Parts: sequence; C-alpha cells; structure tokens
Amino acid sequence: MNAAGILQIVVFFAVVTAGAIPLGAYMARVYSGERTWLDPVFKPVERLIYKICCVRADQEQHWTVYAFSCLMFSVIGLVVMYAVMRLQALLPLNPAGQAAVAPDLAFNTAVSFTTNTNWQAYGGESTMAYLTQMLGMTVKNFTSAATGMAILVALVRGFARRQAKTVGNFYVDAVRSILYILLPMAVVVTLALVWQGMPQNFDAYTEATTLEGAKQVIAQGPVASQVAIKQLGSNGGGFFNVNSAHPFENPTAITNLIEMVALIFIAAGLVFSFGHMVGDRRQGRALYLAMAIMLAVGIGIAYWQEAGGNPQIQAMGVDVIATDMAPGGNMEGKEVRFGIANSTIWAAATTAASNGSVNSMHDSYTPIGGMVPLVNIMLGEVIFGGVGSGLHGMIVFVIVAVFIAGLMVGRTPEYLGKKMEAKEVKLAILCILIFPLSILGFGAAAMVLPAGLAGMSAAGPHGLSEVLYAYSSATGNNGSAFAGLSANTLWYNSTLGIAMLIGRFLIIVPTLAIAGSLAAKKIVPPSSGTFPTHGGLFIGLLIAVIVVIGGLTFFPVLALGPIVEHLMLGVGTLF
Amino acid sequence: MLKQLLPSTLLTLLLTVLLGLGYPLAMTGLAGTLFPNQAHGSLIEKNGAVVGSALIGQGFTKPEYFHPRPSATTDADPNDPTKTVSAPYNAANSGASNAAPTSKSYIESTQALVDQVKAENPDARVPLPVDLITASGSGLDPHISPAAAEYQLPRIARARGISENELRALVTANTEGRVFGILGEAAVNVLKLNLALDRRGSAAR
Repeated sequence: MNAAGILQIVVFFAVVTAGAIPLGAYMARVYSGERTWLDPVFKPVERLIYKICCVRADQEQHWTVYAFSCLMFSVIGLVVMYAVMRLQALLPLNPAGQAAVAPDLAFNTAVSFTTNTNWQAYGGESTMAYLTQMLGMTVKNFTSAATGMAILVALVRGFARRQAKTVGNFYVDAVRSILYILLPMAVVVTLALVWQGMPQNFDAYTEATTLEGAKQVIAQGPVASQVAIKQLGSNGGGFFNVNSAHPFENPTAITNLIEMVALIFIAAGLVFSFGHMVGDRRQGRALYLAMAIMLAVGIGIAYWQEAGGNPQIQAMGVDVIATDMAPGGNMEGKEVRFGIANSTIWAAATTAASNGSVNSMHDSYTPIGGMVPLVNIMLGEVIFGGVGSGLHGMIVFVIVAVFIAGLMVGRTPEYLGKKMEAKEVKLAILCILIFPLSILGFGAAAMVLPAGLAGMSAAGPHGLSEVLYAYSSATGNNGSAFAGLSANTLWYNSTLGIAMLIGRFLIIVPTLAIAGSLAAKKIVPPSSGTFPTHGGLFIGLLIAVIVVIGGLTFFPVLALGPIVEHLMLGVGTLF
Repeated sequence: MLKQLLPSTLLTLLLTVLLGLGYPLAMTGLAGTLFPNQAHGSLIEKNGAVVGSALIGQGFTKPEYFHPRPSATTDADPNDPTKTVSAPYNAANSGASNAAPTSKSYIESTQALVDQVKAENPDARVPLPVDLITASGSGLDPHISPAAAEYQLPRIARARGISENELRALVTANTEGRVFGILGEAAVNVLKLNLALDRRGSAAR
C-alpha cells in the first residue's frame, strides 16, 4: 500500500459522490414525470414508442399487473435473445464465422443477460457474432437495467403515496429509464471510450505479422457501444473473454476511471433520487453513507491484502514492493496499467454494485483479497447493488432493521411514516431467505455431485471458493467469477441459469408486493417516539443488520473456503 | 397476463431495433468519423504491413528485444479441437491463468519461470519485479513496469551493442506515466519500445 494508491481510492469516491448527487435529482424528475432538458428531443420519441407498442401510458397499474408486465417483458426478451444466439450462423454481421451457440449455453446466456447478471460461460470473441453482441447483449444491457430501475421506482412510490391502489406503469418506467437516463449517458461514455482507444467497428479480425515474424490475429468489433452500457447498467458482460482486463475493453487509466465510476454511478444516484422522491433528502443521504462505508471497508481490505503479494512468490527473491517504477503486490491476473489499487477498487466496487465486470482475475487473488468480492455478493448485493435492484434490496434490509429496532422498544416499527406490519416484514424476510437458500443449496449439491466437482480447476479450499463464488454471483445477479471454474457444462449452465432466475424474479415479486401493500397505507406523521432513520445510530444499526445476517448465514462456509486457505498459505501448504 | 403479451412483444421488438441496430450503428459511424484510428484498433503499420496494435501486447523471445509479461492465452489444439493448447498473446482468445495462489503447480511453474528469467538476465542490476513473472489478466498486456524494463536493460545492451544509458533514454521516451500524475501506474509499452529499438538499429547501420 502506498500514498499513490490511497489517493486513487479517494479520487474514486469523490468523483462518484460529486456526480451522483445531481444525477439523483435529475432521475427523480424523470420518474416523477416532470419536464427535463432532454424533453425536446425525447418526448416525441417516447410518445411514438407508446403509440407503436399499444402502451396506455396514462393508465397506472396495480402491483400485480406491474409484476405481470415486468415478467412478460422479461420472458419475451429472453426468448428473442435465445433465438438470436441459436440462429447466429444464418444471420449477417458474422465476419469471424461463429457457429450457432449450443442450447444449454444459449439458455444460460439468455437468462444471464435478462436477469442483469451477465454471467459469461463463453468467451465473446470466440463464440458470439457481432450481430449477437448487438441484438442480444447490448439490447439486454439496456432493458434488464431499465427493469431493475422500474421495480425500484415502484417500491419508492409505495413509500411516497398514501392510500393509493397503483404503483405506476411498468412500460412507462422502463422506457423513460432507457430514453432519459441510460441511452444519453451511454452515447457520451461510448465516445469518451473510443477517444481513449476502444475499438468500434465491424472489421474482420485483423491479421498482423509481429516484429518477430509470428502471425497474430487481433479480434475487433463494436466494442465501445457495448462496454458503455454494460458498465452503466450494472450488467458487466464483456465483449471479450477477459472483460475489462482486455486492453481493447479498457485501454488506459482514464477509461478505467470512467468505467469504474460508470459501474456504480446510476446505483449511487438512485439513492439520492430516493431521498427526493420520498420528500426527505436526509433519508437518501443516510443510505448512501451506509453503502459507502461498507464499500470503503471492502476496498481497504482487498487493497491491503493484494498489495502484500503472495508470500510464496516473494520467497523466490521476487520484488513485490510497490514503487513509482513498479506496481508490486500480487500481479497474477492483473494488468500493469492498473496496478494493485485500481484492480482492487474495481473488484470491490463491481461486486458491491452487482456489476460483475472485472479488470483483474479474482480467482488469482490472495485468499482474503478474493474473499472481499465474494462477501460483497453474499451480503445481498445491497452495497449500491445493481441499478434499481441494489436499492430495493437495501430497503428490504431497512425494513428488517426498523423491525428489530421496534422489537427493542416495543413499538410498531415504521419507516418514512409507513407502519411496518407482519405482512411487510414477512415479505422482507422472504426476500432475504431466498438468497442463501439458492447459494448454499446449489453449492452443496455441486459439492457432492460428480458433475459439479468436475468443474473445479483448483484443489483444496480454493475449489470450494470457486463453486461458492459461482452460485453467489448467479443468485446475486452479479456475473463476475472465480473464472478457473469450467462453467460451460450442462450442469453449471442449467443450475446457474436457475439460480439467476431465482435471484431476480423470486425477489422482484415479493418486493412489488411490499410496494403495493405500502402504497395502500396511510402516512403517519412522526412523533417523539419515532425512530429517526437519517442519523448515525440508524446507519450503524443498518450496517450491523446486514453484516450479522450475512455473517450468520455464510461464515461457516467461508471458514472452509478462503479463511482456511489463507491460514494454509501462511504456513506454506499448497494443493 | 395475456393482456400484457402485446405491449411486451412490441416493445421488445422495437427496442431491439432501436438499441440493437440504431445505437451501435450510429456510434460506429460517429466514432469512425471522430476517432478513425482508435475506432479501428489503433493498428501500427511498418512498411505498409500491420505489425500489431499499440494496445495489444505481442510475444517477444529474442534476447535483443524487451520481453513482455508471461501470457496465459490458449488456442484450439490443431489435433483435437475439443482441447486447448498454450498460445501466448493470442489476440483472438484473451485469457488469464486463473491460478489459485495456493496451487502447487502454479507455485512450481512460477519458480521455473523465475529461474529462467534470472538465467536470461545474469547481469540485471535490480531485483526481479513481480510483473515480469506473473501472467496478466488479459494475456495481452501491452505493458511492463519501468522496473521490468530496467531489469532487462543489461541483456539488451549486450545483444545490440548499445550503451545502457542510451537504452534507458529510449525506455523513458516510451514510458507512459500516471495520468495527471495520479491515475493508473507508470507503464512501458513493449511493442512501441521494441519498434523504437529497431528504428535506432537500422539508423546506425
């Protein structure tokens, strides 16, 4: 660790916070249907879309209709994407001649991109045609992000409204998310990325003759337009196999900062939008602080561990001390232009924010360094989390936190003037329980079945970490991996696909049920007995609830994976 | 639920056209006009032939060139397409080792690599920097650290008959510092540096 690295961490937080505050205010206007400065351009387009698609934009929906619309939209998108992958060999824009994608891989990938997970059991440049990347991946990056944002907005309306029957219109919320937020930002980010060197073309793969006379085939493609939205929409699915570690997908320190900020930007902004929409900006600030504190701790631990390097390699007389001349630390799976600090900021942020893109290989992290991304996912993808989905997951934890606070003093818990009764608390607990059930259930099955065991590349405790990471990433809709796992098999493609569906839709439905239930309630004015939810005490309680629930659920299995591996590495036991 | 079938289907199709064709095509047109070199992969030509991309690392094994980092990329086995074989700096299939830090085979192969690099650079004056014996995340890392260039300097000076001071000046000229002095890490672009070496060589002869 050195001052230059710590300074980069500070810069990252400063840029995110400074941008998220105005972005939050803007997004609140978008979702309230107020006029924005983009109206002259997009208002006519928006009206036209509703007209063509038979959307009754003025009709608000009950939470059940909202949920049905969301499910139907997702299912149809899934089917279209599956079809594009299966048919890509027959379609144009396929200069590298990629064959049709196998059925299990196509299922896994279509689910993956529909659920905003972007788990990749394939290598982009060796599997997917340019047209598939555009019609499949790029489109889903927009629509799955917009779906998450819509669900969040419905939940926030549940808090903001009183005695209402409806929570908004799903199609309107999704279309406005795309037109007024995701698309304009993606255009700006794309151009900035190309300026820094990211390719954006439909060229055939370039054949170069290297200085030593060897042949080198260089993959090309419309990279920048996809990378921009995969970062902004907390998707994370890379154009290339190694994602943003690839020098075409992340060529410079500037693109690295743009991509790191972009992967958390909208999720962070939505926290402030929440404050605006419920009419109390302090509430948004409190949640932002809770998230930022947890993220900072994760970055700190990962940076400290990775900067220390691998003691086994240090013992070979290799220099692992960071200086202005060398990155030092554990450089296996990391790029020189990013070094240790930028790799660990990204690793922690991408798993906290449910993005899942990577600029370094988590599988080769030191045991505790690699445990940080794993724990970030296991805590429920609520530290900023996916766009929309992170904050609605966090609000579920808030409900549990105020419930526990209510139990302590013997009062009916309330949040933002809404009484939290048995129904809401039960639904919140349901959301929280689905998560470990999927991770530990599938993980345990993979640990005893030959098909599951066959995929592990590492022996010993690290193998368990690989499998655990895969199911956490799928259920948390994160998408990053301990990529040594051979996941492109029938077993992993199907079980991870199911885990992704569980982690997305089995949480969306109870969340919308909470939204509907809350919208119908009255707002109780705060009294002297109301537990304030914007101060330090509440922030501390919320963090404690998240850590205790995550700890109680996952500590035993973490002890068998990364923790025991860390102790073994210290005494030089290898596998 | 069936009532949602029509708007959902129409919206999916419309957005697929708008975002799947319109957006990337418009971006390709705009990017190609504003930044033509970058948009086509920052390719480097020498005597009219493409020798590589400024952003993509390539393999160097001769003693008179600066060597890049180890690369873990693979390619399909020509004898058995279901298997893969090691193919360093394969820019059509990026990849990392994904080795676990506690893997015995990883530690053993790294030890062998350390021994090999030390044997290739018997006159090195600085300790062996870690980036020179660890595979990058992409397998296509175009950079080495300035320390890794300094480590290889005596070998190249001897192979080319150039003074170390002159080489050091070439390395410095091809070193990209931190952006604004803050972001990223100092890095030496190996391909650009070796191209500069070749240019200097031919000028002397």
